[in-house]
Amino acid sequence: MKPGRFAYHAPRELDEALALLKEHGDEAKVLAGGQSLMPMLNFRLAQIEHLIDINRLGGGLDEPRLEAETITIPALVRQRQVERSSEMARALPLLTSALKDVAHPQIRNRGTICGSLAHADPAAELPSVMTALDAKFTIASADGVRTLDAADFFLFHLTTALEPEEILLEVTVDRLPDGTYSAFQEFATRHGDFALAAVAATCELDDAGVATGCRVVAAGVAPTPQRLTAVEELVTGRRLDDALLAEIDAAARGEVDPTSDIHASATYRRRLTGVLVKRALADVRTQQEAAHVR
Amino acid sequence: MSDNQDGHRISVTVNGAVREEVVDDRLTLADFLRERLRLTGTHLGCEHGVCGACTVLVDGDAVRSCLMLAVQSDGAQIETVENLAEGGELNSLQRAFQRNHALQCGFCTSGFLMSVTAALREAPIRDEERAREVLSGNICRCTGYTGLVKAVLEADAERKDTAR
Repeated sequence: MKPGRFAYHAPRELDEALALLKEHGDEAKVLAGGQSLMPMLNFRLAQIEHLIDINRLGGGLDEPRLEAETITIPALVRQRQVERSSEMARALPLLTSALKDVAHPQIRNRGTICGSLAHADPAAELPSVMTALDAKFTIASADGVRTLDAADFFLFHLTTALEPEEILLEVTVDRLPDGTYSAFQEFATRHGDFALAAVAATCELDDAGVATGCRVVAAGVAPTPQRLTAVEELVTGRRLDDALLAEIDAAARGEVDPTSDIHASATYRRRLTGVLVKRALADVRTQQEAAHVR
Repeated sequence: MSDNQDGHRISVTVNGAVREEVVDDRLTLADFLRERLRLTGTHLGCEHGVCGACTVLVDGDAVRSCLMLAVQSDGAQIETVENLAEGGELNSLQRAFQRNHALQCGFCTSGFLMSVTAALREAPIRDEERAREVLSGNICRCTGYTGLVKAVLEADAERKDTAR
């Protein structure tokens, strides 16, 4: 199908974009990479009066900023751009690893990091990654800027804290301290599909291999990225040995309450979550062991 | 630029030729190529970015032309399947498709050719796993993909031979 009628706007300055959003509010949508919005427009699942294309905005919105303490990904950074950057792979291997599971190169060439976050599909990879990385979401409107944590940004299926007149300007994460490892594990029916379930984990290990902190987040099993706090508590203070991995499996299964759909039953998704958490933490253990052999 | 009742004037380079056109707000790049420029080699299957039949190159990157608006292509360089043949002859990738029965009905073929063209420019495709990864963003309902995999590997080998 073809999109319904809308007025297309291509502001050159952020202020202009924010003024348009303020004026048109919930009759408008922001177009970044368009890889989720355009299908919805083509199928008329979304019908809007105004389309505000931010792709012509200047102001460095298309380049990640790698600072001493933090990494910031502004609104127009394409997924493929991050995937191809060796600097980003060194700084945020969790993100690089997860991007390989985001659809296909043809989609990632246009799709943006922030666009995927603002779309907030519960089975998408990037919301869980940013939750695991404890990202800060910088939101702008004509009235000012505010910052939210992932837990306050993702509200429900395809629903975020973004008001109609707001835009997700950038997302910022702290650089991971030395001794912090990360892993992303996903299972999808076909490569490039949305995950049946996925797990993003970061884990800080001391020289003896004892976990001093971790964040474990599941995708595809709840309306928003779900932190597996029971797993996190179980891991903290322990070595990632096989006995712990077995306990983790049980804890993860007990902690999620997924729904059944045409792709997988709730029981299957629950078991899958346990398996993926185990795989992610086993991956972390392997990375830590490799780092200490060197 | 906005709220333009008379459409948007764009200048876009398609297969090496500059085209100046006026386009409606909601015209997709795919429909612009097919209906305005009559480049009907680009096909439309699902129109929501899943099947890959409409894949074209925009500034060198393979993208879904059904998920881009024509107005967004202002200033861009676009390559379509019509640009692949060299002097009226099939290029090496197209010949590899032909030799290996990488198509049957042909509906998906232009999308596959453009995806593989972009991938081959970026890096060699030496093994089946990589070939399948490159092909995974397009859907073919006839071939079962075996011929496509062979064609991609052969096209890469041929490229190396001519590069020597």
